[in-house]
Amino acid sequence: MVSGLINANPTVYERKERRVRSAPADADEYAVEHIDAQEIFDILCCGSRIPYVFIICFLSMTWVLKTTVHAFLSVISITISNHVRDIKDPEHPYSLEELKVVTEDAIDVDDEQSHVRVTFTPTVEHCSMATVIGLCIRVKLMRSLPSRYKVDIRLAPGSHATEAAVNKQLNDKERIAAALENPNLLDMVDDCLAPTFA
Amino acid sequence: DVELQEIQRLEGHMDRVWGLAWNPVYPMLASCSGDKTVRVWQQNPGKKTDSWECKAILEDTHTRTVRSCAWSPCGKLLATASFDATTAIWKNVGDDFECVSSLEGHENEVKSVSWNSSGSLLATCGRDKSVWIWEVQPGNEFECASVLQGHTQDVKMVQWHPFVDVLVSVSYDNSIKIWAEDGDSDDWHCVQTLNQSSSGHSSTVWALSFNSAGDRMVTCSDDLTLKIWDTSESPTETSSDGYSPWRHLCTISGYHDRTIFSVHWSRDGVIASGAADDAIRLFVESKNDLVDGPSYKMLLKKEKAHNMDVNSVQWNPKETGVLASASDDVTIKIWKLASVS
Repeated sequence: MVSGLINANPTVYERKERRVRSAPADADEYAVEHIDAQEIFDILCCGSRIPYVFIICFLSMTWVLKTTVHAFLSVISITISNHVRDIKDPEHPYSLEELKVVTEDAIDVDDEQSHVRVTFTPTVEHCSMATVIGLCIRVKLMRSLPSRYKVDIRLAPGSHATEAAVNKQLNDKERIAAALENPNLLDMVDDCLAPTFA
Repeated sequence: DVELQEIQRLEGHMDRVWGLAWNPVYPMLASCSGDKTVRVWQQNPGKKTDSWECKAILEDTHTRTVRSCAWSPCGKLLATASFDATTAIWKNVGDDFECVSSLEGHENEVKSVSWNSSGSLLATCGRDKSVWIWEVQPGNEFECASVLQGHTQDVKMVQWHPFVDVLVSVSYDNSIKIWAEDGDSDDWHCVQTLNQSSSGHSSTVWALSFNSAGDRMVTCSDDLTLKIWDTSESPTETSSDGYSPWRHLCTISGYHDRTIFSVHWSRDGVIASGAADDAIRLFVESKNDLVDGPSYKMLLKKEKAHNMDVNSVQWNPKETGVLASASDDVTIKIWKLASVS
């Protein structure tokens, strides 16, 4: 079968050396949990192997699985994109970090205002997975962060052909809620977010 | 000076609470949630505090999120719109509620439901971009009178005018559409569209509310503004020269910094807004500056009204100054607008 990769030769970047986190000396279990960009990044980018489900999604571009995936996508209001850090690119056995889909610099955290903004960059301008990647990022953060946090997910400016439409969809909580009630889509998101043991 | 005092917190829903509806006749409040249920809360008159208690849980009918609920004008029927593509009609029988009808037709999520002023028509809207008008027939039958196409994206809310059979819909396509019946052919059609070129919103319009006189309407949006519209003219007076009977009066901006999900105009003229910044704000018309037309000022901002997004704010139609709010934090709160010395 001819490879149908949207981006057959992605640039792969070194994973960044993590700074060592020091354990807080005054660890108080009742203290307000403070969160910074590195922590968000760690939440988002941990695994490194492409999950099976993303292979399926990626192959939607080929005729082989087109109908299957269409059945998937026709029921959801959301197209598809990447997750954040524990999240793999649908197309490649690299993590979003290695593909620079998400970098620590693109995560803004205002802990005082309980606000997190993640900006992600699909590897190609027409990445059909952009919405799913964004959805996975949102779900991952919803499940990982205290509920006081407001999360905005955005495509990097100029990184995608339908940037405004994808951004609008990813930040409409009603559409996100409806999408996550779709069992097929939820399974896919769960698979993408499942830790990989490489 | 005034303040918004928390009277009571209603707990019981297991997921975010999306919508609220005060019964226009009986002392009841309905709430609907992502937990797929509807709860009916009743005021207990025997107690000093007039406390609200859960009287009924309407479950095992909707299979997905219940997004919106609305009481009929007679107060006996409750309509509930769900992401499961159906709208259920519940009848109050004694102490219980019985599902007497299920309206099917929308392709997918139904997002809002509204009764007209006489209770003879019901409107629904949803992700399939359509607005449906249903005629109420004897014996709890509902017949589809019209399927209105025109919005290019999902329709977030429908609301009837308080006196005349004119319907307003607001959408993810940033527009507001006004629908009326053609007197000759009994056909419903769009008589006006308020979009960015008519000083309308630049992002998703989430909700709308009329004032008690029906001559003004307020809309709220993801563009972080509230807009006030003059609705005193008959909307069917449109002509080919582009005359717009309903027109933009003013924009309330600079107050919200996250999406405004809900807006409701009280009988005595106070506009409440509920937003994704967890706050409730109240606005009143400012009488000082009529030079440039009407303007509105913020009366108060209740920060941290809830721990998460505020999805719905609704004034009690009978008790002045009593407001209910619903939130992602799974609670409902009853507030009282009180003056402080």
